[in-house]
Order: sequence, then structure tokens, then C-alpha cells
Amino acid sequence: MTTTARAAAAIRYPHRTWILDDGARPEMREAAEALGVGYLTRSEDWADRPRHAKAGNLNNALFATEGEFLLILDADQIPEPRILDRTLGYFSDHDVALVQTPQWFSNVTEADPLGSQAPLFYGPIQQGKDGWNAAFFCGSNAVVRREALMQLGILGYVREVERGVRRALRSGRDLLRRARHEALAAGPEAVAALDHVRSAVDDAMAALDAGHPVAEVTYRFQRAVDDAARGLVTTDVERMRADLAVIGELPTGRHGLDVAAVGDDVLDQLSAREWSPLGAIESVRALVGSVDVDRGDEAQPVMPMATISVTEDMATAMRLHAFGWRSVFHHEILATGLAPEDLGTMLHQRLRWAQGTLQVMLRENPLVQRGLSWGQRLMYFATMWSYLSGFAALVYIAAPVIYLCFGVKPVQSFGGDFLSRLIPFLVVNQLLFLVVGWGIRTWRGQQYSLALFPLWIRATTTAVANVLFGRSLGFVVTSKERRTGGPSWGLIRPQLIAMGLLVVAAAAGIVRAVLGYAPTVQGTVVNVAWVVYDLVVLSVVIQAVRFRGSDADASEEEST
Amino acid sequence: MIDVETEGLAPDTAVLRPHGRLNMVLAPRMRELVATTVEGGRSRVVVDLGSTEFMDSSGLGALIAGLKTARQAGGDLRIAAVPEQVRTVLSLTNLDRVLRPHGTVEQAVGEG
Repeated sequence: MTTTARAAAAIRYPHRTWILDDGARPEMREAAEALGVGYLTRSEDWADRPRHAKAGNLNNALFATEGEFLLILDADQIPEPRILDRTLGYFSDHDVALVQTPQWFSNVTEADPLGSQAPLFYGPIQQGKDGWNAAFFCGSNAVVRREALMQLGILGYVREVERGVRRALRSGRDLLRRARHEALAAGPEAVAALDHVRSAVDDAMAALDAGHPVAEVTYRFQRAVDDAARGLVTTDVERMRADLAVIGELPTGRHGLDVAAVGDDVLDQLSAREWSPLGAIESVRALVGSVDVDRGDEAQPVMPMATISVTEDMATAMRLHAFGWRSVFHHEILATGLAPEDLGTMLHQRLRWAQGTLQVMLRENPLVQRGLSWGQRLMYFATMWSYLSGFAALVYIAAPVIYLCFGVKPVQSFGGDFLSRLIPFLVVNQLLFLVVGWGIRTWRGQQYSLALFPLWIRATTTAVANVLFGRSLGFVVTSKERRTGGPSWGLIRPQLIAMGLLVVAAAAGIVRAVLGYAPTVQGTVVNVAWVVYDLVVLSVVIQAVRFRGSDADASEEEST
Repeated sequence: MIDVETEGLAPDTAVLRPHGRLNMVLAPRMRELVATTVEGGRSRVVVDLGSTEFMDSSGLGALIAGLKTARQAGGDLRIAAVPEQVRTVLSLTNLDRVLRPHGTVEQAVGEG
């Protein structure tokens, strides 16, 4: 952390450096002071409100700083002194909101058993997306334009407020229906007052649909509710005055009575919202309170960084693109970071990325976002879609197992029609991959995209449960073995089971072929080859689970 | 909900005890109860507000209407154990000069 802060302070281009300490640790504050860099923690507004993780931390800082451009660095990403000199130039185009540079990890060995380096992503994939003006924001090692983020925040605020008001008005209709039932007992005036509020709800809805400003609509609505309440109080007060007049005419009883006239100011006092007879019906009061424009449930009314997903960067960039901003991918390593050094941490990180991406897909599907070009929609959707591959992997693994054990073919037709369509697809696909990935190590990435299939499936199910049913996203369960120092085999149990099944199936297939039960010998050969490929791909998790971290390797070498 | 208590009291006295919120919903019931109690010969009515959380203009109206009914029958309506919120409403409206809050039900019954 201090290394990063020192390196950030040493960036050549004139700038200010801030440490955004979400944990508000005193020793961090001291370190910041010692280094002479700024130090920020969450303001009091965040207490007891949703913190929104990293997005919340950045949103908090956006209102405490004033720079026109912001270089965002994760705590372990050490920048080079020239990082701003190399990236700020892009912003001379006033439509550019974001410049993303690659993430590259210094603690990864040549073999990279955990597949941490992402040269394919921070290379051809980002370059390709950039061609469609859809280069992704990856949360760190990127420079953003404050004005663009603020614009997002303001537009988001307006949208959230309007959404909140609409929701309140809709539930208000139901509440009023129930309250009306209650009010029948209280007499015709009460019913009339509720009907008055009900028509105020309808008017407010219609005004929102007609595009009237939310502040105006809510003000008018609250006035209408106040009027309805005042009408009721007026009736009550008039009745009281009449009763008091009657009492005043009675022959004075045992008590002298000061029948003072109830003044008009009393009317105002009693009409005050919390004492009005309408307010007395709890549900209506709740409705009135929620139809307002201050977003009291959030720490800040304006949230520039998107908070709909745990991968706030992707969601934010997509909104920027939808509002017509441009992004740039600058293909030069200008910061180096630290990759996870054990499988558990790595799995947790990948799960979060997948979950966050799928959250965005479910909450703000790029295919239907207004303002995005079709190229951009496809660029975003392709990345989201790729996380659904866990289900396809199940088929890849199950197909040869089923064939070898039971002789059931995955497709009924291997005839000319099928092959004439499949073969060109496979060939072009592989050729393109070869051309695009020339000179780049892509094998680890390919292995993991299949081998982590249980994680992708879990990301999909938990993201759906989270978005649709409000469940928590959950954590990767780290097995206890890690503490004792042995490999955490439990983390890769599904892959081990799959590999076991594949081995058994291959043996069964060969035995069946030898005994003459297999439909065709070629079929067995093709499927055994398929099994071998699957096993080679899946075997990466065994290397990974046995991996002790790059430092551990080094120290072992030294000690021997 | 409103309890009516007559046991152990003089034959012309009754205690009414509204629970919760004496508002638009409960006020009509309050008027009705005072009327039937007074008609039944108990024209000295004490309203025990000890378990009343909230009162609005409808509740106040019901108390005044009750006072009228009781007075017309030659009796009286008194309030006792008045909680803070109700006290505030009463003083805001000057109605504390009409309906004097009594500390306890016994005091309200006892005086005069």
C-alpha cells in the first residue's frame, strides 16, 4: 500500500495523490501523513447506509476531491512515473471519458499455474472492443474524466428518484384501497378525503408520464394530501365549535367552563402532517413520506459510480457509453500489480467478476440499453455471455462419457449437412483465434474457461438468486486444509469427479470396443481423444491446487 | 378498542379507556360509547387516556361531543392520565381550558 502510494506520489505529471482507506485504519492515516499524500475515509453519511464497496469508496472520494481527471489504482498496483504523460493526451478529445491500461502482475511465474495474466484480454480482446468504442473499464490502472462520472451521477439520481416516486405512488394505490376500507367506518368525509388523495396519486402518475419534473410533481402531490387532511380537520373543528357553543348555552353546572372560541390558528396546527386525521392512517403517512426527492436511504443522493453490481467498473463504463462518451484502451503496461497466490483467493476473485458481470446482464442488459450502438451491445453481451459457458462445459464433459459408456451419440446426424456447417465454423474459429492470439500465451486462459465450469455455474445461479430474489452472493468456501498447509482438494471436488468419470468412461469405452459392443471403432477413437483433451484441460486445476505461491517456490529453492 | 368500566363505581359514573390511537377510525366509536353510557344513566364519564398513544382532531372532536352529551344530561366528561402528545394537542388548541387534564382516574372521579 505505501509502496503504491509512494509510486503514485512520484508520478511525473503534476497531480495530487489520495489514499482512499475504506477501513479507516489509524496506521494508514499516519503512513499517508508521513508520505505527504492525501487521506480520505467515508464521511458520516455512510454510517448505517449501504456502503457499496469500492464504488461507494470512489463515490465518497469524488465529492471530497476536485481534480479534473482521476487515475484509479488498486492498493497493490504500482504505477510508473510516466503513466499520466502517456494517457492524458487522449482526453484532448472532449468525448473521451476513460482511458484503460493493462493489468500486469509481477509476482507470477512463467508457468502461471493460476492463469493470472490476461494477455488475451488486455490485448486483442480490449483492442477489438476499442474498435467498436467499447473498451472496458476494469476498475484499476485507468484514468477517468470527472465530468463524465458526475454527469452519470446526476442522470442516475434523476432516474432513481423518479423510479422511487413511481414505486411509492404504485404501492400508494394499494395502501389507499385498504385505507378506504378502514375509513368506511369513519364516515363519508374520511372516504371523500381518501378519494381525494387517490386522485392526487393518479394525477402525479399522469404528470410523470407526461415528463413533468419530479420535484414539481411531488410538491403538488404533497399539497393535495395536505388539502385533503385540512378538509377533514376543518370538519372536525367546525363540529367542535358547534358543540362548544351548545355547551356554552347550558345552565352552568358544577364547574364554570371557559368556552373559548377555537381560533383559526388551531386549524393550521391540527392540519400539520403528523397530527392530521389522514396521517393517522399509518399507511398513508408512510406513502407521503416516501414520495420525496432526497434519496434518504443512500449516503449520497448522487452516485457517479454505478452501484448495481459488484463489478461497478463494467456497469459504469456501459452507462458512459450509453450517454455517448468514448473510451480508449491504451496497450502499454504502465502499472504492475500482485496476483492472488493461492487457488482459494483466485477462485473468490473470479467468482466475484463472474457474478458482477452477470448482475449487470440481469439488471441492465446491454442488448436493450438505449444509446448503445449495436457493436457496443454485442461487445458487452459477448463478455457476459461467455460466463454462461459453465453449462456448455457440462455437455462437453458429459457427451463422451455417455457415448463411451452407453453408445449414445450426442447428435443423431453426423452426415454431410451437419459436417458442412460445423467444420467451416470450427476451422474459421480456430484460425481467427490463432491470428488474433499470435505470440500470446492463450493456453492457460483456454484451460480455465473450461476448467472453472463449476464456478461459472455457481456465479450464474447466485447472480440470478441475487437479482431476482435479493439473496446474498455468498462466498467461496475455503477448506480447512489450507490452514494446515496441504492442498485444498475440496475447492476442486467437482473437477476431480468429472475427471474420474472421464477416466472410467474411457476405460469402459475401450473395453466395450474390444468386446465388440461399441457402435463403431472410429466413434470410440474420437471420443477417447475427446476425453484425453478434456483431461488435459481440466488438469490445470490440479497444478493450481498444489501451487504454493511464487514466494514459496523461491524460498524452497533457496533452502535446497 | 375502548374498554368500559363500571364496577366498583358510583351508579352515575363510568370510565372509558381507549387503547392505541384515538383517531379518525376510533373516534366514531368513542362518540357512540359516550352516548350509550350517558343514555344508560351514567352521565359522569371519565376518559382514561393512559393507554392512548395518539390523538388527532377527530379524537378531540369525539371528546368535545362527549362533553356536550354528558353536560346536556346534567353530568360531566373528564379526562385523566393524559400522555404527552395529547397534552400538546390540547394546549395548542386551547382545549385544555375546556377539558382540564386530571392526574389519575380517582382524582377525576373524586373532584366536585
